[in-house]
Amino acid sequence: MSHKADFIAGKKDLLNEGTQAKIDHWVAKFPPEKKRSALIQALLAAQDQNGGWVSKDMIEAVADYLEVPPVWAYEIASFYSMIDQKPVGKHKVNICTNISCWLNGAEDLLSYVEKKLGIKLGETTTDNRITLIVEEECLAACCGAPMMVVDGHYHENLDTDKVDNILDGLD
Amino acid sequence: MSTQPQKVVETVNIEVDGQAMEVPKNSMIIEATDKAGISIPRFCYHSKLSIAANCRMCLVDVEKAPKPMPACATPVMDGMKVYTQSRRAIDAQHGVMEFLLINHPLDCPICDQGGECELQDLAMGYGRSVSRFSERKRVVKDLDIGSLIQTDLTRCIQCTRCVRFLDEIAGTNELGMLGRGDRSEISTSLAQGIDSELSGNVIDLCPVGALTNKPFRFSARAWELMAKPSRAVHDGVGSNLWYHTRRGQVMRAVPRDCESANETWLSDRDRYSHFGLNAEDRVLEPMVKVAGQWQKVSWDEGIRAASDALRTAITAHGGAGLGVLMSASVSTEEYFLAQRLARGLDCPNIDHRLREQDFSDDDARTGAVAFASSMTAIDTADTILLVGSNIRHEAPILGQRVRKAWRNGAQVAALNPVDWNFHFSLSTKIITAPQHMVTELAAVAKAVSTITSKEPPAFLKSALGEIQVGETHQAMAEMLLGSDNKMLILGQTAMAHEQASWLRQVSAWIAEACGADLNMVPDGGNTTGAAMAGALPGRGVGGSETDHGLDAREMIASAAKAYLLWGIEPEFDMANPAMAAKALVAADSVVAVSAFAGEGLKANADVILPLAPLAESEGLFYTFDGQSFAVEQAVSTSGQARQGWKILRRLGAELELDGFSHVDSATLRDEMLAQISAASYTSKDVELTPANSKGDLYRVGDVPMYAADALCRRSEYLQQSVHAENAFVGLNPDDAGSKGLVEGREVKVSQGAEHIMLPLQICDELPVGAVWVKSATTVSSKLGDSFGRISVEAT
Repeated sequence: MSHKADFIAGKKDLLNEGTQAKIDHWVAKFPPEKKRSALIQALLAAQDQNGGWVSKDMIEAVADYLEVPPVWAYEIASFYSMIDQKPVGKHKVNICTNISCWLNGAEDLLSYVEKKLGIKLGETTTDNRITLIVEEECLAACCGAPMMVVDGHYHENLDTDKVDNILDGLD
Repeated sequence: MSTQPQKVVETVNIEVDGQAMEVPKNSMIIEATDKAGISIPRFCYHSKLSIAANCRMCLVDVEKAPKPMPACATPVMDGMKVYTQSRRAIDAQHGVMEFLLINHPLDCPICDQGGECELQDLAMGYGRSVSRFSERKRVVKDLDIGSLIQTDLTRCIQCTRCVRFLDEIAGTNELGMLGRGDRSEISTSLAQGIDSELSGNVIDLCPVGALTNKPFRFSARAWELMAKPSRAVHDGVGSNLWYHTRRGQVMRAVPRDCESANETWLSDRDRYSHFGLNAEDRVLEPMVKVAGQWQKVSWDEGIRAASDALRTAITAHGGAGLGVLMSASVSTEEYFLAQRLARGLDCPNIDHRLREQDFSDDDARTGAVAFASSMTAIDTADTILLVGSNIRHEAPILGQRVRKAWRNGAQVAALNPVDWNFHFSLSTKIITAPQHMVTELAAVAKAVSTITSKEPPAFLKSALGEIQVGETHQAMAEMLLGSDNKMLILGQTAMAHEQASWLRQVSAWIAEACGADLNMVPDGGNTTGAAMAGALPGRGVGGSETDHGLDAREMIASAAKAYLLWGIEPEFDMANPAMAAKALVAADSVVAVSAFAGEGLKANADVILPLAPLAESEGLFYTFDGQSFAVEQAVSTSGQARQGWKILRRLGAELELDGFSHVDSATLRDEMLAQISAASYTSKDVELTPANSKGDLYRVGDVPMYAADALCRRSEYLQQSVHAENAFVGLNPDDAGSKGLVEGREVKVSQGAEHIMLPLQICDELPVGAVWVKSATTVSSKLGDSFGRISVEAT
C-alpha cells in the first residue's frame, strides 16, 4: 500500500476545490486507513467535474488524491456502469432492460428511442446532446417498470409519449 | 524473547468424509483437509494469500447446509460434517469446471503450461469430454508487462492470485481485475510493466497458462525436464530452488519451499539469473596472454602459467607481493582452499569484502554469522530499524519479510541516504547524505543512552559530546526501547560506507543497550562461509587469529606485484574500480579464475582459468543466519570449466604446498568442517578514529539489484528490466538549483582524477549533499569510491 506509483504523482491537482471538498466529505465517513472505500463517490465527483465522464488523468487524479494504487481506481471505474470512461453527451439516458422492465415492453421502448434519436446504445447524438448508456441493468424501480434514469432522475411507468416529453424537454 | 504467555489454540471437532479431526477454531475447511491429506480441487485458494473464494472449484458438501459451500471460505464449526466426495460435492465441482472451461481456449498443445497446468489436471478429473458450449468464446488482448512474464490473458480464469500476490506479498499493487462479469480481465492500470522484484512468483501462482515464464517460453515441455535441487546465492538468503534441466542445460528455475529461507517465493534475480550462464564471454578454456594476445592452452599449461606467476611474485617480494581477492558468493570449500593456498605461500592478504572500504573494526568481529537472529524472526519483529539499507533490492526475500512484519503491525524506521521506495511505510525516518549518517546514528545512540542511563563505550562517548538529539532520534530510540521483539538491520549501503566500522559499532551498541538483535546484510551470497573458512585478513579458519594481512582495499591501494582474482570482475565488484584498474595494470601478473571474462578482465589479466559457476558445481554455503546448506551440481560443467576446489587443488599441488591432496569433495568438506568447529572466534575491543567525513557532496554508490554479480549482469532478461537502467547522476533539487544544473543535461561527475559524463536526474528522494551514482555499472566503473567524495559540475 505504501509503494509509490510515481507516474500519478501530482495528478491530484487536476481536481478542483469543489470536487476535493466532495471527496473529503466522503472520506470523513470511513476510518482513516480505509480511504479506498471513498473511491466510488470520489470518481463520481470527478466525473461531475469532467463533464459526465472520467478520463485516465481524472482516474489517476482520484487515486493520487486518495493515496491508493491507481489500479484500484481503475477497477472501480471499469466495474460500475454509472462511471463512464469515454466522453458523453450533455444528458445521460439509461433505459433499464432488465427483467421487469423487459416484460413490460422495455425492448420496444429502447428501439423507439434509438430510432427517435438516430443512435444505438452506447452512442451519442451528433449534436452532443444525449448519450444512451449501454446495457443498463436493474435500477431498483421494478414497481414502476418500464423505467429509465435521465441524469440521475427516475422516470417510471413509461410509454412512448412520456419518453417523447421527457427527451424533448432536455436542453 | 522474554517469557511470553503460551498461545492457547482453541480447537473444534469436525468430521471430513467420516474421518474425525480436531482443528483450530475459525480455520477454514480447506486448511483442515490439506493438513489431513484429503484433496479438494482449488484454483484461487493459496495458503499464503488472502481468501477470495472466487473460483468456486473447492465446493464441498456440508451437512445441514442448504447448498455446497466453498471449502476455502467456510470456517469449521464444532460437530460439522463435511463430505468432499458426495454426489452433491462432485456435481458442484463438475458444474464449476464446466463454467471455467466455457471461456478457456483449450489451446493446451500450444500453451507453455501444458503438462504442468492445474486446470488441465483438474479438467481430467472433473471436466466433460465433450463441451456443451457451442457459442463463441471470448478473447482478451495480451499485455506487455516486461521481459520476464508472458501474458496470454484469454486463458485466465480470474482466480486473482496474481493480483493478491502483488497487493499482499510484493506490495506493489500493479495488477487489478478490470471490468465486470464476463468482461472482467486482469490488467495493469496503464499498460505499465510489472516492476516488482518478486514479480516472477505470479508465474508459479497462476494455475493456468495466462502468466508464463517469458524467456523460457516455447523452449521445453514440462515432461522433458529434470528437476535438480539447488540454491540461489546472489544474496545470503540462499533461496531454495529447482533447476529444471534438459540435456545438461539449465532451462529455468522455480522455487522450492523452505519456510526458514524463501518460504515459497523466489526473487526475480534468483529466477532469471541463470540465463546468463551461456553468455558470449563465458570462459570455456584456460587462456594465457602471450605478447598481448590471448591464447587457448591446456589445463596443464594454464595451471603452470598461473602457479609460475604466483611463485615469481612471492619469490621476489615475499608474501606481501600477492593479493588474493575473492568473490563473496563462492563455495566455502573454495574459501578454505584459497586461504590455505595463500597462507601456504606466506601471503596473509586474502579478502572477499570487495565492495567495502572500512575495516577498522575487524578485530571486534564477534563471529562469522551476519545475523544475530534468524531470518524468520523478522516476520515477528515488533520494531525494525534499517540502517543504510535498501532491503528490497539487497535481498528481496528479506524485504518481503520486513513487509510481512509491517503488515502484522510492526513499526519500521530507517536511517538511509536515499528515501527508497519501500513496500512498507516507515514510522520514523532520517534521510541524510552519507557524510552525516554516523552523526545521525550517534544521536540515536545518545538518546538511547540518556533514556536507559547506559554508558556507551569510550570511542562512542567521546564522539557524542556535541551531538544534538532531535525529535526524530528520540522517537527512534523510544520506538526501539518500547517494544519486545526488535532488531536493527544494517544493509549493504551501511557496510559499503566509508565509515562502516562506525555504523557497525554504533549499531552494535544501540542493539546491546536496547536488547535488540543486530542483523547485517553484507554484499554477496556466502559471506558467512567466507568468514568461517578464513577468507579474511587476520582471521584463519573458524575465525582464529592469524597474521594480519591486507584487506581488500589495502591490497589495491598498496599495489601488489601479483593478484589472484577469484570469480570477480574488478571493474564492477570493487568498491573503487578506478583504483583497482590502476593496481591491476601496474601488477606484474594477474591470475583470474572466473566463469566469465569481459573486456575489463581480459585487458588486465595474464592468465584466465575457467571456473564452473554454481549450477555446474557443488559446495557448502551459509545463509545470513548461519544455516549451512550443501548445493549439488545441477548440470555438468561446460567446456573445460572446472569446479573451484579442483582448480585450487591443482594449483596447490603445482606450488608444492601441503594439504591439497583431497580425492573427493566429501573428504575436503569433512576436513574443513572439523577445522571450523575446532577453532574459536576471538574478539577484542577496537579504538575507532573519530569519524571525519568532509566535502559538501558525497556519493551514494549502491549496487543495482541486477548488477550484483557476474551472472546477473549477463542475464539479458534481467538487464531489460527497469531496475537495470542506472546510467544517471541523481541530485537533490536544492543542490541542482544552487549549481545551476538542468535536469536531463549531461554533467561532469568527478572523483579525484577520474571523471565521466552522465545525464542529470533531479531526485526528491535524495537529501542535500548526496549524489547518486550507482556502482557496478559500465559508466561508473571508471569512477572511484562507491561511497566517497564526489563533485558534479556543468560542462
